[in-house]
Amino acid sequence: MTVELRGVSLTYQSPEGEIEALRDVSFSLAEGELVSLVGPSGCGKSTILSIIAGLMPPTSGEVVIPEGRIGLMPQRDSLFEWRSIWGNVTLPLSLHKTSREKREQDEQRLRTLLDRYGLAEFAAKPPSHLSGGMRQRCALIRTLAPDPALLLLDEPFSALDYQTRLVVADDVCSILRREGKSALLVTHDISEAVSMTDRVIVLSRRPASVKSIHDLSEFGDCTPLERRDSALFREYFQTIWKELDVHV
Amino acid sequence: MSENVSGERKAWLRRQKRERRVVICSRVGVLLGFFGLWELAANLGWIDTFIMSSPSRAWKAAMQMGTELMPHIAMSCAETVAGFLLGTVLGTAIAAALWWSPRLARICEPYLVVLGALPKTALGPIFIVWMGAGVGAILTMALAIALIVTIMEVYAGFAAVEPEKLRLMRSLGASRAQTFGMLVLPSNLPTMMNALKVNVGLSWVGVIMGEFLVSKQGLGYLIVYGSQVFKMDLVMATVLILAAVASAMYAGMLALENVIKKHLGVTV
Repeated sequence: MTVELRGVSLTYQSPEGEIEALRDVSFSLAEGELVSLVGPSGCGKSTILSIIAGLMPPTSGEVVIPEGRIGLMPQRDSLFEWRSIWGNVTLPLSLHKTSREKREQDEQRLRTLLDRYGLAEFAAKPPSHLSGGMRQRCALIRTLAPDPALLLLDEPFSALDYQTRLVVADDVCSILRREGKSALLVTHDISEAVSMTDRVIVLSRRPASVKSIHDLSEFGDCTPLERRDSALFREYFQTIWKELDVHV
Repeated sequence: MSENVSGERKAWLRRQKRERRVVICSRVGVLLGFFGLWELAANLGWIDTFIMSSPSRAWKAAMQMGTELMPHIAMSCAETVAGFLLGTVLGTAIAAALWWSPRLARICEPYLVVLGALPKTALGPIFIVWMGAGVGAILTMALAIALIVTIMEVYAGFAAVEPEKLRLMRSLGASRAQTFGMLVLPSNLPTMMNALKVNVGLSWVGVIMGEFLVSKQGLGYLIVYGSQVFKMDLVMATVLILAAVASAMYAGMLALENVIKKHLGVTV
């Protein structure tokens, strides 16, 4: 078990009054599993990530997180323009003092990742030299830098146009599978959730609670793009769409 | 690519070139026209050269001063550079303190507004009493004019750093000092460059104002001295020199900005 949330609730204070964001949220992630959280916009999906990342304590309930670091991949790529690609991916390492061997080990791993995913030749260049998809890869490698036990992806593709989004989702998915990481993906895009992950957790409107959990193991080893072509895809999409109960 | 340029492209390039030429010629024309008309009016007796001077008389006055002008120019330049460097560094430091402590920022807000609204030249006599009639008072004047604007502008830049990036730094376990040094400060280099540019102008205002009030050296001193003894030729010459020096300094700032931008790959 990588992560477990047990009865997590969160109420926060604002000048307008008390806002109950989460009510009794429970779910868990197994090792190496990709799980997505979908829900209506503003329902508190990002809040759940903040709680798991330890940025915000829950009002009540229990959060079991894995040992080791947690990597958060933010909306948009959030690359630092004044740092080179190498400077960006090594940012997480430069924040903490470590022994020289550990540092060299980490840097070696990053060099391998850059090389494997076609960014090695850009290492010395600023992020402005990269395409939108490449920037996303760079952001993902930065997230992988501290060798996290768990990745939290907070609508990481929301700033990309539709075509790039499909390709990047495919790309990120295969990188995560290849590196054997467990990840929690927050998205408001049902098709993204169904095409990329092993399980989809559907959240209700605020205060968010778990409405249903869909196991997508029926898809087998399909890539996201292959899943989008399958008949199962429609079914899951329709079911989740109905559960989200979207009104204009 | 250069071989097969289309006819439309050629025509467009020609129009562009012509437009540039027209603009440059007109600019030179305005300059020559202004000084020509001034000189003509003086020679034909349309204006009283005793109070209006003329370009040739101003030129003569400047030539008479010759190398004696140099210490005055150097003095004012040194004071201005010291003023805007001090203003930018101190202003950025105070803005950093306000970013560090949001509570401090909330407490200081009304005072910054009041100090920003106050015409700083009103404080001139106070600075003279405090600092003595000398360079100290002039620098304080320059600083007073540049500082508040810098604080407000740079602080606004610090506070506008994307929340996404702040959250990223927090999730990576960065300390507040690291967040400031690695994210807030570098992402605001363009803001600080801007503040520096604005401060060049403001610092000149402060220095000339200060030199009007105290000083025995500097371009401001020459202007006040000249007007008091009715040497309008000297006054006009000094104003023209001041315009040239201040523009050169501003151009230098722009060049420096471009170098920094290129070096860091930061786009404004």
